[in-house]
Amino acid sequence: MAVSGTGLAFYGLDRRSALPRPSIEPRLPSFLTRINDAAKSKVLTIQDYFTLAGKSLRFIFARPFYTQDVIQQMDEMGVKSLGIVLLTGLFTGMVLALQSSVQLKTFGATMYIGNLVSASMIRELGPVLAGLMVAGRVGSGIAAQLGSMRVTEQIDALNTLGTDPIKKLVTPRVVAALIMLPVLTVINDFVGIIGGNIIASLVVGLPSSQYWRTVWDQTANGGFVLRYIPNDFIMGLFKPLVFGGLISVTACYFGLGTTGGTEGVGQATTKTVVTSSILILIIDYFITQLLLSVLNYGG
Amino acid sequence: MVDNAPPKAPDSRDSAGSADDVGDRRGPDRRVDTPASEGRKSASVRQAIRSELEQDEPEDANAAAPRPRADSTPVVEMDHVSLAFEQPILEDVSLAACEGETVVLVGESGTGKSTALKLILRLLVPDSGRVLIEGQDITHLSFEEALEARQKMGMVFQGAALFDSMTVFENVAYPLREHTKMSDDEITDRVREKLEFVDLEADRVMQQMPAELSGGMRKRVGVARGMANNPRIMLYDEPTSGLDPLTTGTITRLIMKLQRELGVTSVVVSHDIRASFRMASKIALLHEKHIAFFGTPEEMTASEDKYIQDFLGGL
Repeated sequence: MAVSGTGLAFYGLDRRSALPRPSIEPRLPSFLTRINDAAKSKVLTIQDYFTLAGKSLRFIFARPFYTQDVIQQMDEMGVKSLGIVLLTGLFTGMVLALQSSVQLKTFGATMYIGNLVSASMIRELGPVLAGLMVAGRVGSGIAAQLGSMRVTEQIDALNTLGTDPIKKLVTPRVVAALIMLPVLTVINDFVGIIGGNIIASLVVGLPSSQYWRTVWDQTANGGFVLRYIPNDFIMGLFKPLVFGGLISVTACYFGLGTTGGTEGVGQATTKTVVTSSILILIIDYFITQLLLSVLNYGG
Repeated sequence: MVDNAPPKAPDSRDSAGSADDVGDRRGPDRRVDTPASEGRKSASVRQAIRSELEQDEPEDANAAAPRPRADSTPVVEMDHVSLAFEQPILEDVSLAACEGETVVLVGESGTGKSTALKLILRLLVPDSGRVLIEGQDITHLSFEEALEARQKMGMVFQGAALFDSMTVFENVAYPLREHTKMSDDEITDRVREKLEFVDLEADRVMQQMPAELSGGMRKRVGVARGMANNPRIMLYDEPTSGLDPLTTGTITRLIMKLQRELGVTSVVVSHDIRASFRMASKIALLHEKHIAFFGTPEEMTASEDKYIQDFLGGL
């Protein structure tokens, strides 16, 4: 008997023969069978997720190349997300400067606002906030679009017309996200630091030249890779790269696996935003831990 | 009158035994009719169908579906196919469509008609049995090989399944751009030709988005897209569902025109008995996971089988 799941089996992720039911299963008590089924279902979900991610990455190098679709998705994810990323970055930088000015004033160290804002923005808040914003705006959009295509049989139509839906729909979105999320993050970081500059000048009265010098000092103090690339930049760009892949694959996974009509589309969208937001926060911790031990910080 | 088992078409060898299944499955809730009342009922059913057919527009007189040729070989064949997910969906289903034939798969809702089409398209893999397209067993093809094999077939989906982010032109041109090296001019000519074949004004609709079209127009664009690559096999999933009677007639005539003028082999899933009888060379009736009948429309109306008569009585 076939194991039913997210419905991705149609799309080259055929798991008809995966994990066959053992013959002793009927003898198990019902609660054990349920636990067994639940565990199996979770394992299959993870297997599907990574198979989808693997296939979408492998298709980057396989003909035909859907360049037009990649450009369209880059516009959709990057250019159209610019507004919310600019606003998020600006106000995060401003509030960071404001809060830190209060704390630093007690030590008479308000000249270090630039250090604090730049370290926070480049290493953490820039990538994470851009990731969360894109997960909310773009991830939900992808899941809703692919989910609608699934329930209106457009995905089946692609298959029928001899096109691999993963190559046509998933790969361009993953590529676009891998490119655009780091770009958005850099913009977010930069605007955040400018926001900090505005508050440092207007509220604290710190000259801009001193602010920017502390920003650079902070970046330089973090150490360099290959003598010229600041460690902060490595951390600040590696994270959005991972988040971009994570958001796009999660959204495509839930979108393609949509079942149950329009209600299913809504559920796919919600699952995408919740799952990718949580994964961003969890994975952020582990990437930070990893990079702090790999990169020679302060060295 | 023939006996209780429905007659078989010459090449319907695979459906042997299925007729008995119908008799076996007469549930206790079915009415018990006397032979005399059954005779009267089947006569009235036949009369109803004939009168329905006679009401068709005059041009249909020349557009009658060609009858099967006894010597032709199957182009689409399901050979003892079974499929189950959480529960059995199809069991030992066999049917065959020979070159130029239109086989209409009818049955109650939820009997696995659309699943059968997905098996033919190799969107699903049967648990047992084989599906053959032009003699090639597609059951064990890899995903990539299946994509290749599907290009022999054109599919028209229930809701047309047009790509809503593309214009009508881009939709019809899609298979050409994907799988041929045709120039832009050749593609434009082909799209225009196909849109005109389905009685759409190419210049008017080409740049429209699918959302701007009516249901019937979307279906016709779906047919145009399905036939863009000139496939020799066309599959239709409920082509007339959700359409008004006039548009239903238009779509039915279009399917017959494809068969008559281009000689394509068609498998149509439908629950519209009237339209099915107009276009079918053969009819396959799915009932409780099995093929309960497979033969010509005439043989179906002549059948004395209780379930078939009940089914036709639902006209």
